[in-house]
Amino acid sequence: MTARTHPNRLGLRGWIGGRNAGFERWLYLLHRISGLGLLAYFVMHIFVTSARALGPESWVQAMAAVSGPVFEIGEYLVFAAFAFHAVNGIRLHFVELGFLIGRPIEPIYPYATSVGRQRWLSMTVLAVAFVIVVFGGYSFFIAG
Amino acid sequence: MRERSLWTLSIASTGVIVVLLGVHMTLMHLMGGEPLEWGSVVQRMRSVLFATTYVLLLGAALYHGLYGFRNILLELNPGATLRRATNAVLLAGGLGLFVFGTWAAVASLGTGATFGG
Repeated sequence: MTARTHPNRLGLRGWIGGRNAGFERWLYLLHRISGLGLLAYFVMHIFVTSARALGPESWVQAMAAVSGPVFEIGEYLVFAAFAFHAVNGIRLHFVELGFLIGRPIEPIYPYATSVGRQRWLSMTVLAVAFVIVVFGGYSFFIAG
Repeated sequence: MRERSLWTLSIASTGVIVVLLGVHMTLMHLMGGEPLEWGSVVQRMRSVLFATTYVLLLGAALYHGLYGFRNILLELNPGATLRRATNAVLLAGGLGLFVFGTWAAVASLGTGATFGG
């Protein structure tokens, strides 16, 4: 989106977060980092898997080039990034569409902030992503 | 208005990605055999369903990813020229990757027929 009304005056520091960044702001940063990682993986995936169009020798060579423990760990990191990005993305959709964040209330002291009323949703996202990542880790490294 | 349309399209693309990634992973892992062995690859390459969902997923994921990347870059408030250049480079890169990925999917149909007997 254009930043016409709320420009980022912090430059590169604005990517990481302003002062007193809240919990959701760190989720936002993690969402971006995981998204960039997934984009990098996706571009690589397009090139690597395109080897199938050239025949079996090319395919075997391409698979050999991306095998080994480093790529196995990398694949797991992609899985973890995807798990978080997807679950947090669902939260962002809910918030964007006004679901699960309560009805608007009058600003009467002591103020109930909307952030406080969304916190359970953020914690649920982290919990669900954590369970998926742990289960995936078991499947990747232990169960095979 | 234009930005709102791009944002709406990005939200819509997530739904497409969720559905088609599910189809993609199902076809990868439930069509039998080890997914990365050449025999399994040939089996998938001969599938028009796999090629079609692959191309649609390619387009949706590229749009979603590059649109997000564009937002991160434009958050630095570049000038009008740099902004246009960013848009042009990402659009050209996205179209290039889409054409390349589509070529691989379509060419694979022929390769799959050749090696699949």
